[in-house]
Amino acid sequence: MDRHGRRLGIALAAALPAAFLAIFFAWPVGSILARGLLVDGAVDLSGVTETLGSSRTRRVVGQTLAQSVAGTTLAVLLGLPGAYLLYRCNFPGRGAVRALVTVPFVLPTVVVGVAFRSLLVDGGPLAFLDADGTFGAVVAALVFFNYAVVVRTVGAMWAHLDPRSEQAARALGASPARAFWEVTLPALAPAIASAASLVFLFCATAFGTVLVLGGPAYGTVETEIWVQTTQFLDLRTAAVLSTVQLVVVTASLALSGWSRRRRETALRVQPDTETARPVRRADLPAVLVTAAVVVGLLTPLTSLLVGSLRTPTGFGLGNFANLSTTGSGDSAGGGLGSGLEVSVWQAALNSLRIAVDATWIAMLVGVLICLLVSRRPRRPAARRALGVFDAAFMLPLGVSAVTVGFGFLITLDRPPLDLRSSVVLVPIAQAVVAVPLVVRTLLPVLRSIDERLREAAAVLGAGPVRVFATVDLPVLGRSLGLAVGFAFAVSLGEFGATSFLARPDRPTLPVVIFRLIGRPGADNLGMALAASVVLATMTTIVIGLAERLRVQSAAAEL
Amino acid sequence: MSLDVRELTVTFGSTRAVDDVSVSIRSGEVVVLLGPSGCGKSTLLRAIAGLEHMDGGTVSWAGADLGGVPVHRRGFGLLFQDGQLFPHRDVAGNVEFGLRMAGAPRADRRARVDELLELVGLGGRGARPVASLSGGEQQRVALARSLAPRPRLLLLDEPLSALDRGLRDRLVVDLHDILASTGTTALYVTHDQDEAFALADRVAVMDAGRLLQTASPQQLWRRPRDEQVARLLGYRWFVAADALSAAARPSGVQPPDVLGLGAGSLVADPDGPLRGRVTGHRLTRSGTNVSVIVDGLGCMQARAGSLQPLPVGAAVRLRLEPDEVAVLGHPGDAHAGTG
Repeated sequence: MDRHGRRLGIALAAALPAAFLAIFFAWPVGSILARGLLVDGAVDLSGVTETLGSSRTRRVVGQTLAQSVAGTTLAVLLGLPGAYLLYRCNFPGRGAVRALVTVPFVLPTVVVGVAFRSLLVDGGPLAFLDADGTFGAVVAALVFFNYAVVVRTVGAMWAHLDPRSEQAARALGASPARAFWEVTLPALAPAIASAASLVFLFCATAFGTVLVLGGPAYGTVETEIWVQTTQFLDLRTAAVLSTVQLVVVTASLALSGWSRRRRETALRVQPDTETARPVRRADLPAVLVTAAVVVGLLTPLTSLLVGSLRTPTGFGLGNFANLSTTGSGDSAGGGLGSGLEVSVWQAALNSLRIAVDATWIAMLVGVLICLLVSRRPRRPAARRALGVFDAAFMLPLGVSAVTVGFGFLITLDRPPLDLRSSVVLVPIAQAVVAVPLVVRTLLPVLRSIDERLREAAAVLGAGPVRVFATVDLPVLGRSLGLAVGFAFAVSLGEFGATSFLARPDRPTLPVVIFRLIGRPGADNLGMALAASVVLATMTTIVIGLAERLRVQSAAAEL
Repeated sequence: MSLDVRELTVTFGSTRAVDDVSVSIRSGEVVVLLGPSGCGKSTLLRAIAGLEHMDGGTVSWAGADLGGVPVHRRGFGLLFQDGQLFPHRDVAGNVEFGLRMAGAPRADRRARVDELLELVGLGGRGARPVASLSGGEQQRVALARSLAPRPRLLLLDEPLSALDRGLRDRLVVDLHDILASTGTTALYVTHDQDEAFALADRVAVMDAGRLLQTASPQQLWRRPRDEQVARLLGYRWFVAADALSAAARPSGVQPPDVLGLGAGSLVADPDGPLRGRVTGHRLTRSGTNVSVIVDGLGCMQARAGSLQPLPVGAAVRLRLEPDEVAVLGHPGDAHAGTG
């Protein structure tokens, strides 16, 4: 009776996330695949070959790969000295610099795009580069966004490397460079590979930044799916492109998972002490590179802030005052989509409301997934079943937001599930995007708990629920807060899926910013910058509060 | 008979970690499972606790099958090698955990915690955070925690292995006294023969997943069932009784007996019946160990009582120390003491 009750409980806990992912991930993605590959129920690859054969697609795929490779390479090359300086060395203000380099990563992608455009547009401080809408601008923005991923992932491992192995190499006659090359770099390799595969994934699925910054001439698979769907209404081409994107995402996820497992193995042998030491003369190159990067990170942020305060009549808060209006140009454009239907503040309120719903959905699903996947059942059959679940749940971990949005668009708009006009559509889509982050935050913490601690509680008479309450929950506590913060911030800044699904009368803040930046006029640009500052402030506050809850041991994960 | 394990089997993939093991423990008895690392003894212990999936066999208590009883309802205590104290609770909070699970009233819990901390020699330290304790103290707290709910069976999984030698020697004495004074029924897993000797009412020798022999410590060391068991107990050379002259045989030893000899079995003695030649020596705490070639028996080691080294090449006379010699079980009584 007791055993059956427990099994029933586990089955119910598994059923909810399984159903959620089946309806809101597997079905939309499956429909995309079907639309791209099937014609009248039979496999027909003519659409695939046609799409992939077109010069436009080849250019888009080529640009996606080039942008991802360039962005990843630069982020790693610049991030290594940063990881060294910020995690292996000790200097006054280190904590502040660490926090500063993290800011770009938590900024919504639309804001990153707007900040770079504010630099590069006519009249901006770097207008002379004539880089607006170019490959270089997009790559710079991607490096800006992903630098923190490399610094934090590699740095967390570097901080725990035993310095004595490098010292042993030095004693055996290796120069500092040689010792780094022969001893330190191989030891860091798993962390570097892990960071690089993650950055590659983020670059390949970058949407908001590219859409804002790339202009009409520049496009990636993600933006092309959006263009084909919303501008050309060619759903079949969009479906084929989504299929391509799924392949890219799955491949980089597999690589990321493989390197993370290697890193986890490697980390086990690390001592748990900090090994930081003061900065020395020999560290000068690392200091110079990192100082340059920090200036590079500050420039777009400053430009965004200054730009938001610049009005046609001089510096002031005019742009922020305009946020209570629906923007200028309504009369000029007049047509559909050119004017905002609500004020920017109203959109910000929508964003907050949607984020609350998306967060609780993502937490409910994410926590259940973590609890289930972190279990180590003793029955072989249960272990096998869990292995299948594990793989299935990890599938959407690097989901492309555009794929989710597009998938929702083509599946949830008619019976059996017609959510087209429902207010839950956007929160659910954002929850699908946020669940991976919740899982990534909580799962390592749960997995770090020694199974024997749970066994000790069970032997002392604690049932499964009490084991969870006494062993898992106290450890998880702070991380739960962190995950809530992450989910909330992701939802606030979410643009890829929302851009497909938000109704014109209920836009979110990122959608409004995108509409404003696409419209002519200094007023609209100023409003876009001011709205970006508002959005950036909101996410930074949320993440800042959440970061205070971060458990030290979980620092290695994002 | 209180605990009764019948034909228990646990497999990991294609490995049979525990292979058809049967063992019983009487109320108040301390049974030590002795075996090399990786022999499956910890797995057997965990299967009895209900922490390991069983592929065959039964575990029962007082005749009632425990197969469907989950870990937390078995009323067994378990002590891990490294304590596994709850890091977010203080010493008293750890010790009272099992009592809280059992729903004991607050006053009873407090009294029992004080009593147990006193018992393990940590009286008055209930409010200390567990991280501030030394390894030995943590293990004492873990022992108090597992004893607090008065488990009907205490399972101990190499509880002293993580500690250094001196601490281990002291704690093993304390542990013996605590188990005896509380009348605790216990199954104790170790690879250390000294611990087994110090604690056990009966010792069960395990290797490669199988239980080889169960006997009292004296019986086991004097009459191991066969050469395999004798080797696990540290006997290294095996001599048929008829290879020894009657004078050289310990009393009561007759052909076709086979003797097992260990490092202390041969002693240098000017009047000894055996002759040999020294090939090397090394100092130990209890005297000199010499390597000797014994006439008719081959290369062995012997103990030379004094610390004066015997020169290499010297002729030496030796005798067998009767208390340090094992007589391997006769085929007929190979299972003496099992069960």
